[in-house]
Amino acid sequence: MLEIKNLHASIDGKEILRGVDLVVPTGEVHAIMGPNGSGKSTLSYVLAGRDGYDVTDGEIIFDGQNIVETPAEERAAAGVFLAFQYPLEIPGVATMTFLKAALNAQRKARGEDELTTPDFMRRVKAASEKLNVTQEMLRRPLNVGFSGGEKKRNEILQMALLEPKLAILDETDSGLDIDALRIVSEGVNALRSPDRSMLVITHYQRLLDHIVPDKVHVMSAGRIVRTGGPELALELEAKGYADYAGEPA
Amino acid sequence: MNAEPRILRTQAEETLALEFAAARTQLPGSPAIAAAREAAFAAFQKLGLPHRRTEPWRYTDLRALLRTVPPLAIGTSGDDVVVADLLPGLDRARLVVVDGAFRPELSDLSGLDGVTIRPLVDLLRDGDTRVGQQIAPLNDAVVSLNSALMVGGVAIDVPADARIARAIEIAHVTSSAVASHVRNLVTIGADASVRILETHLGPAGSAYQANIVTEATAGDRAKVIWAKLQSEGDAAVHLGTLAVSIATETQFDHLTLMTGAAISRAQTFVTYTGENARAGLFGATMIRGKQHADIALGVDHAVPNGASRELFKAVMDGRAEGVFQGRIVVRPDAQKTDGRMMTQGLLLSEDASFFVKPELEIFADDVQCAHGATSGEIDEDILFYLLSRGIPRAEAETLLVTAFLAEAIEGLGDEAIGDAFEEIARNWLATRGQEAA
Repeated sequence: MLEIKNLHASIDGKEILRGVDLVVPTGEVHAIMGPNGSGKSTLSYVLAGRDGYDVTDGEIIFDGQNIVETPAEERAAAGVFLAFQYPLEIPGVATMTFLKAALNAQRKARGEDELTTPDFMRRVKAASEKLNVTQEMLRRPLNVGFSGGEKKRNEILQMALLEPKLAILDETDSGLDIDALRIVSEGVNALRSPDRSMLVITHYQRLLDHIVPDKVHVMSAGRIVRTGGPELALELEAKGYADYAGEPA
Repeated sequence: MNAEPRILRTQAEETLALEFAAARTQLPGSPAIAAAREAAFAAFQKLGLPHRRTEPWRYTDLRALLRTVPPLAIGTSGDDVVVADLLPGLDRARLVVVDGAFRPELSDLSGLDGVTIRPLVDLLRDGDTRVGQQIAPLNDAVVSLNSALMVGGVAIDVPADARIARAIEIAHVTSSAVASHVRNLVTIGADASVRILETHLGPAGSAYQANIVTEATAGDRAKVIWAKLQSEGDAAVHLGTLAVSIATETQFDHLTLMTGAAISRAQTFVTYTGENARAGLFGATMIRGKQHADIALGVDHAVPNGASRELFKAVMDGRAEGVFQGRIVVRPDAQKTDGRMMTQGLLLSEDASFFVKPELEIFADDVQCAHGATSGEIDEDILFYLLSRGIPRAEAETLLVTAFLAEAIEGLGDEAIGDAFEEIARNWLATRGQEAA
């Protein structure tokens, strides 16, 4: 599903990713852990196609295509989804309007018909109930005045509606209390599927108690420096990242 | 030395002097009105066209911008005029004013039981003393010019206690490359409720100049919704003024949407004459190419316990220039005044600009007043959020710009008019990039 080869990326002339190699096979959930500043969030932005990052070397092979030059909106339509660490607030755009615009834009880009309003409403209702997203939240401007937990639930709701092939979850656990973490994790687990890959980026092991990965990678100074099974997360939790301090990114 | 000597006249000023001299005997009105015209033209000549050192006009230098003046429109013209409907789907009565002449045969006055509508020329002939009253304190050359040259418009009288459900549109149409000086008078009685809609349009490519002054009074406890749509032809000059006084517990909500004309200025002057009145003043500007649009506001809290809310949003594309000048005055007696003014500009191009001058002049000590202004581009973080969900860039920008303007448009508090204006905003955005820069 996703194959990253020797990926180098910099922002404002400063190299953050220094040769990332990573393979996430279809249907697997991989975690990336690492100290602050190791390049985890940069990797998620570069994968999603954010402007402002210079990919200076390497490839991102998604579904058989190198998407390094593909604009963000086309990557999204092809099935890449990024759950933001800090979901943005958009005053004046109702959550429902945003969801419909996103879903229909992706369908249109794939040559599918736009959803009718009743069909769309049915899908939103089904997905939002599972995530405790209320009708009132859906009517409000996107993320405006939402609590940290509400914002993260809203991210997972978008993921459930957009049904990506590859979901990248950037620090989805940050700012969540135990109950919110459980709801979000259940939402993510419900979306695990043999056709869908996930890349879970986190600083702490606790998220991985809820979303158990197939593999854990350690990132340090812009590279993947170690790969192991779920037990690697426990080791990191016990010993910290001191062994991986490397050169500061 | 005090006043700057006015010796040199611009070509436009010369033309106006010649036109006034030629037209003074033909212009309608009683002897008192005729005398007022002379005084007004003298006032205009003393001031000259506003220029950069005319503080309230600082960013709209008419002396430089107005190089020539087209011939004056007097009497009925534009017989074959077709009045476009800019707000399809919005139910309203319609008073059509073509080149300053009220045209009943083009108008739709149904649903206005109890409301008196007269051509303004009747009031001029009667020497109605209400004409000129609201603008008397203004020392504004463009308003003086209008007082000297006004040819007509409409007078609307909404009696006390009337509840007029149907919006009343005054459709100002210019038919050809003329200069028209229109005066309207709107009198709203106590406890009345009414929705006024001012629209302004004219032919594309025609270098006409429309100078429209509307004087209005709203009685005690009246509820007034007033929306203005400036959608003039792309080569036009639009100079619009509304001077309104609001009384005890009056609620006055006003929205200006500026999108047409090459050069435009909309000035709104609100004077509080009774306590506990509330005004909501909103503006949405959408301009592109080389358009210049100026919204100027004067809010005069002359009595205690008044409240005002101002929210002005402007979107500039291409090489367009947006201007907002807002002045809130709180007089010594106007204790407990609550005034808040916010201006936000959104620049869609590197060559666009936005000039803002908010002013608070407070002479009372127990007041709450604030103003703020921001100007910026579309937020890249927010844009990326939308792109990352698969929404194409153009659609994402449209969504964000519409949302930006919607806050001001919805401030008016009238859903039907708000929806119609938001449709205009969406259409404007849909044609983005198609115009010649």
